[in-house]
Amino acid sequence: MNSILIIVFAPLLAAIIAGLGGRIIGHMAAKVITTGALFLACALSWPIFLSFIGGTAEASVTPVLTWVQSGAMTFDWALRVDTLTAVMLVVITSVSALVHLYSWGYMDEDPDQSRFFAYLSLFTFAMLMLVTANNLVQMFFGWEGVGLASYLLIGFWYKKPSANAAAIKAFVVNRVGDLGFMLGIFGTFLVFQTTSIPEILAAAPAMQGSTITFMGARWDTMTILCLLLFVGAMGKSAQLGLHTWLPDAMEGPTPVSALIHAATMVTAGVFMVCRLSPMFEAAPAALAVVTIIGAATCLFAATIGTTQWDIKRVIAYSTCSQLGYMFFAAGVGAYGAAMFHLFTHAFFKALLFLGAGSVIHAMHHEQDMRYYGGLRKQIPFTFWAMMFGTLAITGLGIYDLHVGFAGFWSKDAILEVSYAAGGHGTGAFWVGAFAALLTSFYSWRLMFLTFWGKPRWIESEHIQHAVHHGHDEPEEANPASQEDSGHDVAHTVPDPSHGDGTGGYHPHESPLTMLVPLGILSIGAIFAGQFFAGSFLDSAEFWNGSIAYNAELMHAMHEVPKWVKYTALVVMLIGLFLAWLAYIRSTDLPRKTAEQLGPIYNFVFNKWYFDELYNLIFVKPAFWLGRLFWKKGDEGTIDRFGPNGIAWVVERGSHYAKSVQSGYLTSYALIMLLGLVAAITWVLF
Amino acid sequence: MGGFPILSVMLLVPLLGAIACLFLDAKPARMVALLATLIDLALGIVLWANYDIGGAQWQFTERADLFAGFEYALGIDGIALMLIMLSVFLMPICIGASWEAITKRVGEYMAAFLLMEVLMIGVFAAQDIFLFYIFFEAGLIPMYLIIGVWGGQNRIYAAYKFFLYTLLGSVLMLIAMLWMVNESGTTSIPVLMQYDFAPEAQTWLWLAFFASFAVKMPMWPVHTWLPDAHVQAPTAGSVILAGVLLKLGGYGFIRFSLPMFPDASAEFGWLVWGLSMVAVVLTSLIALVQTDMKKLIAYSSVAHMAIVTVGLFAFNVQGLEGAMMIMLGHGLVSAALFLCVGVIYDRLHTREISRYGGLSINMPAYAVLFMLFTMAAVGLPGTSNFVGEFLALAGIYQANSWVAFVCTTGIILGAAYMLYLYRRVAFGEQKNADAAAMPDLTMREYLLLGPIAAAVLWMGIYPESFLAPMRADIEILDTRLAAAAPEGDAHFVMGEGAPAEEEHSEGGAH
Repeated sequence: MNSILIIVFAPLLAAIIAGLGGRIIGHMAAKVITTGALFLACALSWPIFLSFIGGTAEASVTPVLTWVQSGAMTFDWALRVDTLTAVMLVVITSVSALVHLYSWGYMDEDPDQSRFFAYLSLFTFAMLMLVTANNLVQMFFGWEGVGLASYLLIGFWYKKPSANAAAIKAFVVNRVGDLGFMLGIFGTFLVFQTTSIPEILAAAPAMQGSTITFMGARWDTMTILCLLLFVGAMGKSAQLGLHTWLPDAMEGPTPVSALIHAATMVTAGVFMVCRLSPMFEAAPAALAVVTIIGAATCLFAATIGTTQWDIKRVIAYSTCSQLGYMFFAAGVGAYGAAMFHLFTHAFFKALLFLGAGSVIHAMHHEQDMRYYGGLRKQIPFTFWAMMFGTLAITGLGIYDLHVGFAGFWSKDAILEVSYAAGGHGTGAFWVGAFAALLTSFYSWRLMFLTFWGKPRWIESEHIQHAVHHGHDEPEEANPASQEDSGHDVAHTVPDPSHGDGTGGYHPHESPLTMLVPLGILSIGAIFAGQFFAGSFLDSAEFWNGSIAYNAELMHAMHEVPKWVKYTALVVMLIGLFLAWLAYIRSTDLPRKTAEQLGPIYNFVFNKWYFDELYNLIFVKPAFWLGRLFWKKGDEGTIDRFGPNGIAWVVERGSHYAKSVQSGYLTSYALIMLLGLVAAITWVLF
Repeated sequence: MGGFPILSVMLLVPLLGAIACLFLDAKPARMVALLATLIDLALGIVLWANYDIGGAQWQFTERADLFAGFEYALGIDGIALMLIMLSVFLMPICIGASWEAITKRVGEYMAAFLLMEVLMIGVFAAQDIFLFYIFFEAGLIPMYLIIGVWGGQNRIYAAYKFFLYTLLGSVLMLIAMLWMVNESGTTSIPVLMQYDFAPEAQTWLWLAFFASFAVKMPMWPVHTWLPDAHVQAPTAGSVILAGVLLKLGGYGFIRFSLPMFPDASAEFGWLVWGLSMVAVVLTSLIALVQTDMKKLIAYSSVAHMAIVTVGLFAFNVQGLEGAMMIMLGHGLVSAALFLCVGVIYDRLHTREISRYGGLSINMPAYAVLFMLFTMAAVGLPGTSNFVGEFLALAGIYQANSWVAFVCTTGIILGAAYMLYLYRRVAFGEQKNADAAAMPDLTMREYLLLGPIAAAVLWMGIYPESFLAPMRADIEILDTRLAAAAPEGDAHFVMGEGAPAEEEHSEGGAH
């Protein structure tokens, strides 16, 4: 049997068993089945990936089932495996398997665990369907499937109003992107008369220069198609404008954030652009848009990341920003570099999220970094894992020695290739370099606030709660649901008996099931760049036609001036220094700076007021219009002058009052009968 | 099938059942009704199994001359087959849904439902235009009774509205039918489907039929009977109304308006598109602010049916097949959603959304099925509605990208109102003690919802079972429409090699 079938369908089977049978087979069985299925899928995925690295594998398509045949529009269920898919396979199955394992510890006290594991496996299945799609519609199936899983997992603690709101927001905002994706698929079908990805890609170059009308305007065909599809990518990958759902998605349990909102689902947009790269190559204008949006998101999200207090939100904005890097890499034509950053990012960002989860676990569900501090000694394993993650994301590495953490290899490549590409790329390079400084600053800020300094735990509600109630005993049915989305008000109820700021609380290191994934991901965060840079960046043979590989550009990347190659390292050190200055050396500096910046700080702290703006121009008017059309339209106009008006007229005519009373049914039957009599008469004569 | 008159038998079984029910007490009436509908379901499966895909266009034909050129003529093509399957599939579920909820005049109630089944199968199987008319119009009588007798508090108003709208359309349609028969000299629908009426005549005929079908659909702005009818109807009444009766309008378009008046259909395409675009946006927004569960789903039906009409008037295979798939998918999903409402209505006797909340806690199995149907209504790929919506929208995109854009916004609004509904009913804390005390699904309710859930997934994952029987019929219709079909607005032009240089050379010639 073909191993790809097992890789894709084992998680589905496990999800069905754990989801529908969880109550019968119990939590332990559900956990074993889902986690087992994922480790099996992971074990089968790595050989596929390594065979592509070794250059021994060829692209293949495994048919599964007929799906739809409607005239010229036909698409089937099929599993495509080529280099691009193989990269995604190892990312998805590895991170998913580790997140499953991690959740054994993290979700240990949750009464709905089997449901949680079922959702995780369901997500993995949908994501695998997305990356193995051989046609656009199956990709859309996976696209929506991961959206469903994300919705279910964000709202996993369904009693919390904020979690429900975040879940709906994620789904609906993604649907805005899907509108573009769907129109893109329709347009592609109209032009190419097929939804098969290989056929479209083969025909795409010939379409360059053709024109088409879309919504009344004349467009370059490939530009409009790519832009529509890119709107879909923007939704899923939380790019500027459609990013608002991602920070709110942090309402979900932390393992979910690691798997879905960092390593896999949010990268689907990048994957899509790379998968369709020959199409985008035929649309330079669309690529320019991709570059600009990517660079803008990269910068925008990084600025917000520097001001947030919630540890998960910092990492969420960081994800948003890193996705921006991937997009502008794709935009300048370096799809290999984009995929490479996707690959390394999956490891170090999952590591950071899971590390944050471990911190939150240790701090009794406190997520506000203002109440952390001094945790280095208390939870050393988590500290070192987070340290490796931070070194990876900030991109520590030295070019001339050819050593560096994973993020160094991929981010450096993106900056260099942008510089080498020129044009929009040069702008992206400068934006990216500045964002790298911010990345370093907010990442180290997170580290310093969490692990250095003196404990500030005493002010935390969660900690006080734990101390007063004894935090080792599960005090509620659903303790994990106490995760909170940040405090705006500082709770200052000092406990006089503990002058050290600990409030008498003793953080504890997480259980082994959580630490093992941290360890494995740390290895990825350290070495993934070093090992695979050659294949991802410099090997057209590795990609083997699965993306548009621009050998000239990749060569030019290595020829950029030395100062470009060292830019990333320099800005990283500046960011580190600034963070050290602000959060270790003189700790009242941030407050003073914020006061001095005043409105600018507030603008950034309030996330550029996107949520408020959207509420004002979309959400509120939608409800207002709904009420207007209902009360004034349907009831006030149509009914008033329609049926009610007629009734009024009829009742006025007292002659007919009796016949109306006698019931409509009889009159109706009578009229029908009369009609038939008329019919007979007509035909007879 | 030899000479076995299976269609007549399918009409006869529920008819006999209906007569029997009139004279029976509650308990035996329920049993008879269930038995009759199950026999019809079994016959339907036999019908489907024996339907020869790729065979004659009209199969299982029966013919008996009545007086004066009228004929008792039955026969089905793939389109009718699928709609008959939908009807016979939902009928036993309706009887099951009324099992405990209906306690007064059970015999008459069951008789009304069985009569409705006769008339629905008759509509789809009729091959004589007047036979069709009788089935089509008479089908409203049992529905009128079901709302008016077994309905909610405001049932008289709802029944009146239902009646008034329908009457308006049917009179015009009858006159048009008479003229057509007079003009063509035949009452046979298959013959009329090939008959070429003069273009000027088509305009008037099309409008007359449109008046009737638009009400049945229902299209904006003649949709306001639907929310009231749904709200007042008992659960099973809503199920059959949303499941099958709303498909009569679409069936009418595909059987009459499009093949008989192709030129007029093309001419009035803009009207249908315009009304549908308004319907998608307006009724979706209205659904967003509803506080009554049934009203919300009723408004969402209007929005979904609007996608059907744009699909039908896209004049291509994808549009037509998509429209048919939505009709089937929506028939299942809206029926299931009304059943879901019925399940909790039976327990708490209110349709107010705010009276519920947190049902995932005390009714987990219900919450799972409700989620499945919610996602199907939202058009999630892998469920029945996606296939239809995707094809219909792909179809209309080829005709007009503006219409496609506006109608596709329905996927955003649809997600918003359905998830908002689900959140208020199933998520959150249990704020009402009585709602929190409701027990989970009973075995009877599992039996009602389970088969629909299976069908929804089947249709989403392997729609070929449903598309295959209709393929040839859609192709025939598409061919007939081809001459009249308006040109798409895309005007795709291949790029020409370096047009700038040509200009240069022209300039140089001066």
